[in-house]
This record gives sequence, structure tokens and C-alpha cells, in this order.
Amino acid sequence: MNENEREDHLLNTTLSNGLKVLIKESHIAPVSSFWVWYQVGSRNEHLGITGISHWVEHMLFKGTPTFPKGMVDRLVAREGGVFNGMTWYDFTAYFETLPAERIGLALQIEADRMENALFDPDEVEAERTVIISERQGSENDPEFLLGLEVMATAFHVHPYGVETIGCMSDLETMTREQLYRHYRTYYAPRNALAVAVGDFRAEEMLAQIEQHFGSIDAGSDIPQVRVVEPPQRGERRVIREGEGSTAYLQIVFHVPTAREPDFFALTVLDAVLTGASGISFMGGGLTNKSSRLYRTLVAGELATEVSGSLIPTVDPFVYSLSAVVRAGRTPAEVESALETEIDRLQSETISAEELEKAIKQAKAQFAYSSESVTGQAFWIGFSEIFADYGWFEDYIARLSAVTVDDVLRVAQTYLRPSNRTVGWYLPENNRQ
Amino acid sequence: MSIPGPDDIQRYTLPNGIVVLVRENFTSPAVVVRGYLPAGACYERSEQAGLAAFTADAVARGTAKRTFAHIYEEVESVGASFGVSSGVHTTGFGGKSLAEDLPLVLDVLADVLRFPTFPGDEVARLQGEIITALEERAHNTSAMANLAFYELAYPMEHPYARSVSGYIETVRKITPSDLAEFHATRYTPQGMVIVVVGAVKSDEALERIGQAFGDWEGPAPQPVDWPQVPKITEVRERFVPIHGKMQADIVLGYPGPARSSPDYLDAVVCNTILGVFGLMGRLGDTVRDSQGLAYYSYSRLDGGLGPGPWRIVAGVHPTNVERAVAGFRAEIRRIREQPVDEVELAENKSFITGSLPLRLETNEGVAGAIVNMERYGLGLDYLQRYAALIAEIDAKRVQEVARRWLDPDAYALAVAGPPSD
Repeated sequence: MNENEREDHLLNTTLSNGLKVLIKESHIAPVSSFWVWYQVGSRNEHLGITGISHWVEHMLFKGTPTFPKGMVDRLVAREGGVFNGMTWYDFTAYFETLPAERIGLALQIEADRMENALFDPDEVEAERTVIISERQGSENDPEFLLGLEVMATAFHVHPYGVETIGCMSDLETMTREQLYRHYRTYYAPRNALAVAVGDFRAEEMLAQIEQHFGSIDAGSDIPQVRVVEPPQRGERRVIREGEGSTAYLQIVFHVPTAREPDFFALTVLDAVLTGASGISFMGGGLTNKSSRLYRTLVAGELATEVSGSLIPTVDPFVYSLSAVVRAGRTPAEVESALETEIDRLQSETISAEELEKAIKQAKAQFAYSSESVTGQAFWIGFSEIFADYGWFEDYIARLSAVTVDDVLRVAQTYLRPSNRTVGWYLPENNRQ
Repeated sequence: MSIPGPDDIQRYTLPNGIVVLVRENFTSPAVVVRGYLPAGACYERSEQAGLAAFTADAVARGTAKRTFAHIYEEVESVGASFGVSSGVHTTGFGGKSLAEDLPLVLDVLADVLRFPTFPGDEVARLQGEIITALEERAHNTSAMANLAFYELAYPMEHPYARSVSGYIETVRKITPSDLAEFHATRYTPQGMVIVVVGAVKSDEALERIGQAFGDWEGPAPQPVDWPQVPKITEVRERFVPIHGKMQADIVLGYPGPARSSPDYLDAVVCNTILGVFGLMGRLGDTVRDSQGLAYYSYSRLDGGLGPGPWRIVAGVHPTNVERAVAGFRAEIRRIREQPVDEVELAENKSFITGSLPLRLETNEGVAGAIVNMERYGLGLDYLQRYAALIAEIDAKRVQEVARRWLDPDAYALAVAGPPSD
């Protein structure tokens, strides 16, 4: 096959029951990926039922009358496919990637479990301990523990302040009835999005989606999230003490959503500060050794790793910076050097070369991402969750429109001390 | 797109011994480079554990014509990446870029592999980074359980018993001249392999590689005297206490068949049944699903140039370690004593061969497959023969391979986590 034979369509439509459908042909390899996204995640939760969206996701692998527990795993695997589910603040998503001629199986599975998951009480109990084990595994990681404190401090009222996995006491006490109600409330065509990318004809894929999903009841009104995090007025600080001999630093700043123009200037800012890894939502795996913070903190022998994270979300989220403190150094020293770099960003414009570099890095990552149908389907669906597919298509163009003055302005606007939460992890095994 | 094979993989040997393999793929504008040279941790003395890994990390810290900062400025500015890292047998390297930047990536790779200078200040800085990472490792339950497992499963003098990253005490003693000496004696074009996959004509890729590496001369790698790895005939257990953690990690396993072993593919099928298929195979069914003990519980077969491990791994609450281990042993006993039924066998084999298109979807996937065909001498038609090789494996062979390599009553078991009191 050569390049001329490629024919990439994007088909965008909505079925009569409200299910949004996005289909893209990709004939690079004989594989296809099919996803169903639900607009529900920990953003839709409150204390008492934190972690419920993630637990519901686990229960969707526990069987329906048509596909008893374990059967979906077997059917997909024996075709050489992969599958998974994932829960995040703003969404819950399921996918199967299969050899192209077998993708119909994915449609069958997802249409079935959109309305027929059993939530068998014994299975709910068995999964309770699995999820508690998942959380305990995360709790072994000091950076996870610090993140819990920092986010709970940065968000006073918005559910983004609680990790998607949920609070331990909620995981211990939630009931089957609560889980099932959550499932029936949010799992419906009007709250869902189907995405297909792969080696098929778009029109034929649409007909198949229509056939499997078209007769599912649209569902009732979806409860809306109305919580608004009030503006932060003053620096917040938190310390987490814990096991280990290494200290960690996290600093988060409230920032606007990805739908706002400032998000793109912040994306460039992050690339300059912490490298393209910050915009590596394409899974680029790039190094960041030429970034400003690497040079100051790591080459400056204060930290051994530094990274930034700017995640698109439905409601305003945070831009976060993390560092692993070098043995023999302190979080205070790292914080102070980091502050100097932020001052610099707020007082002088970045160079034209730095801007150009950030854009070239993003272009390269886009090119790499086109190799995987799973990665493409992820980005089409994800961008539809917090904005729309156009966001993804226009990404490079909007990034290219950012000026050095925009970067200066967003640094001054959002990286203020009064808008930040600073967290230190202090290891108990390292008391001098 | 066809399965990569002799028709579309070009293979050349440069006069200095470097083997070059290229597969064109113009469906995306990107290129991937993968390769290795015979400079692994097996060439280091145990009192210098971590030397090969430190050397691999340090080669990009400065060369005859570029500083550390220049190297990364050039590469990262075009959205490209590269890396060098050591394993036990070889030191691997790789890179990725848009096709237009392949010459840069090859030039930087040649520069760091051939002309590193190991500047004292950069080496000291890197040493501190490695020591910090080793301090973090000492509090990582999964890493510590694996480290203890390797020590239990392999003879003390075998390179597999040592950590490739080394230990704080050994890394602390390594000097820039140790790195320079390891580089001078072990980095050599003989035994080196470079694979390029992506939007580049094979003639052009070959020419570029020739320009970057063609005039490099070096000795043949010395053979390593590998100690015998005896079969484990008793239970060997070790607990690594890490106070203050919520979860314990368990590793139970054995030295496994090498990639070249006639048992290897039978073991792949057996391992898939045991702890891979669907949601982590039979181990996922029992330890995660039925017993509800763990979020992850699976098995891995390493293969490789030597007798790499065959391991079962899980993370559980400290009070559940014994139940999980009992669950592992029951599954090992079952796969040894009862022939796998025809449906389960057919589904597992279908997964192993059917997942090939997914594994070969990206340039990275294809490059990795080509590296393996070359490294293990499988022949460039291996992927095309693969389905037939798997098809002939029957229930008897699966049971026999389980009996040869797995034993519910003789194994190495390492657990790291909080004491359960």
C-alpha cells in the first residue's frame, strides 16, 4: 500500500436515540478500534459515593445475560484483540481493538453492556476487595499520596479534589443498589459517544452501529454537575509525611478549560518549562532535558526528575508541576529555584526559537499518533468529551497561533503565588 | 499490509560487522530506529554492578563534538527522541523522529555510541540521579520483590542474580574512568545490529547508517563464561520488609527456558493459559476474580538469550499473601496435572497468532519484531511461519512443558511489603 491509496474520512452523526457517532477510516494496518464513551466520571460524584463510576466500570466486565462473566475477555482475546475500560474525572470509556474483519464483535459487546449488565450481588462483593487492592497498590506510591493531599487542598468544593478511585470508606460501604442506580442513570445513548477508527468503510461501519445501538432507549435526563470552584485567593500549602527516604514536590495552579484560548498558550508555556512530555498526550515518550526546569532543577543538582501536566477537562482544572528531590536536597531548595524560573516567565517573553520548538514537537507527536488506531480513537473521543472533535483537528493550528506575548500574559495571569497550592512529601526514614 | 518477511525486510552486513535491517513504511511520515550492541551487564564484575547501565546512561552526557545540553537541544527541538540503556546481555539503543530528521537521529546516536567523553561534572550529576533512583527503589515493593526473586532463583555468581542498575554501594564507587574503560573495551561494531522502520527508502537508510557508523572499527566481543543455572529443587523464600506500605508484592517463579530452547514456544502457550489470556489467564480468574485478592495477578515468561525467569506476580494486602501463594501453587499443580481442554487451548493459540496484526501495527512494533528475529537467529521469515509453529502445539506438549519448568513444591518466592504481624 502507498500513501496515495489512503482515504481518511471522518463521519460525524447522531442516531435518533441521541448516541453521538464519530467514524474515521484508517487503512495503515488491518486493525480497527471501537470505543464507547459515557459522560460520567468522578466529576459526577459526591462524598459517600466517591469511586462509584470506576466501580461501575469494573462491573461492566462482570457479565450480562448474553455474555456471562469472562466471556467478553475470551471472545476478544481469541480473535487476537485487546480490550479495556478506563474511568477518569469526566468520562468512563470502553474499547476493543481487533483485527479489522472482527470489529463487529466489539459493537455487539458494547451495545449489550450499555443496558444489560447484571451487577450480581456476589460479584459486587468480590470486586469490592479488588478495587480496595487497586487503591492500596496506588497508596504504595508516595507521589500518589502527595497528589491526594494537593488536589484536596486545591479544590474545596469541586469533585476534582477527590481521586477517581474514591475514598476508602466509600469503597468499604457503597451498596449494590447505589452502583446499579448510577449505571442506569448515566449509561444511555443520550449520554454516550461511539467512536470507530480503522480499516473499514465508514458508511458500512455506521450501518453496523445503527443496527446494534439504534434500538436502545435514549434514557432519562442526565443530572447536571453545577458545582463551581470559587476562585482561590491566597497560596495554600500542604505537607504529607510518609514512608521512604526521598522527598517530592508538587505545585498546582488553577487554569481555564481546554475550550478557552489561554489553554493553548499554557500548552506552549508547559513545553518551554517542562518539555514536550507535558503535551505528550499522544504518548510521545519524548525526553525533556532541554526544558527550562530540567536545566535549572536537574542539571542544577536539586532534583532528579521534573515534569508538568496540563490536562483537558470539562470544568476548570489545574496545571501541575512535579519534581523528585535529589538525595541530600530539600523540597524548599527545589521550590525556590522553581520560583525563580516562574518569575523569569512572568518578566520576559520566551524566545522565538522556544515557541517554534514547542510547535514542531506537537506536530511530530501528531504524526507519531497516526500509526495507532487505538490512539486516534482515544483522541477523537476524549476531545468530544471536553470540547468537540474540532478541538483535536484544530490543535496544531491553534497552537501555531500562540505568540510569545500570549505566553507572557498567561504566566502572569495563572502562575501567581495566590493561585497555587504547594505540596511537599517528607520522608520519615530520612530524618537527620 | 503484509506480515514483515524476507520480501520486504532488507538485510545488509557492513564491512565492520554491523548488521543493518530496514523495512520501508510510507503510511506515516515517521521513522523508528532500534538496535543493540554486545555491551551488557554480563561484562561487569559484581563489585562494579551497575557499570554497564551507568555507562549507557552517561554516553549522552557529552561527546567530542557536542555537550549534553547541545545533544538534547538538537534532538528535542525537532520532536525527536533517542535513548541508550543496558540489559544483561546487550546495550540497546533507539530513536524516533519525523523522516526528515532521521539523519540527525543517526548522527546523534553514532556520536554518543562512538565518541562519549564522560565529563567529570556530568558524571557526578548523573551518579546522584542514579543514587536517588536506587533510594526510591528501596521503598518500591514491586522492584524489591523482583530483586530478591532474582537473587533466590539464580546462582550468586550468575549475572542474572545481580541488579542491572546496580546498588548504592557499587554505583557510588564508579568513576568517569571506569565508564570510559567499559566503553572503550565493550562498545564495538562487531555484534551490533541496527533496525530502521518507517518512511525512508532502504537504500537511503543504508547509506545514512554507513556514513554514521561505517568507519567504526572494533574487536569481536569476548565470549562470556555463563555459570550453569540449576533447576530449583526446594522452596526458597525471602521476605523484604518495607514498613509503612499498604500492599505487598509477590513474585514466585523459576529460571525459565531461553528463547533458543526447543521448549520456548510450548512455554509461551502454557504461560498464556496460566496468566495472560483475556484478563490475566487462569491466575486472573482465580486470584483476582474468584478470590478477590488482587487487582493484578499474572504470569510472565521472559525467554531471552539466557534462561530468563518464568514468574507469577501479584500485589495483595499483607494479610492475604499466604492465600495468594496457595492460589498460585494450585494453578501450577492444575496445569501440570490436567491436560488443558481443547477449547481453552484453541482459544489461547488463536489469541497468540491472532494478535500479531496488533503487535505489528506501529513502526515500533515492527522494529521490535525485527530486532528479535535477528537477535535470536529466528530467520526473517519467522513471523510468517509463526502461526504454523503455534498450530502444532497440543495439550500434551503444554502439560509436558509445565512439568519440566514449573513445580508447585519447589520454587523461588520473594515478597516485599509491610510485615503482616
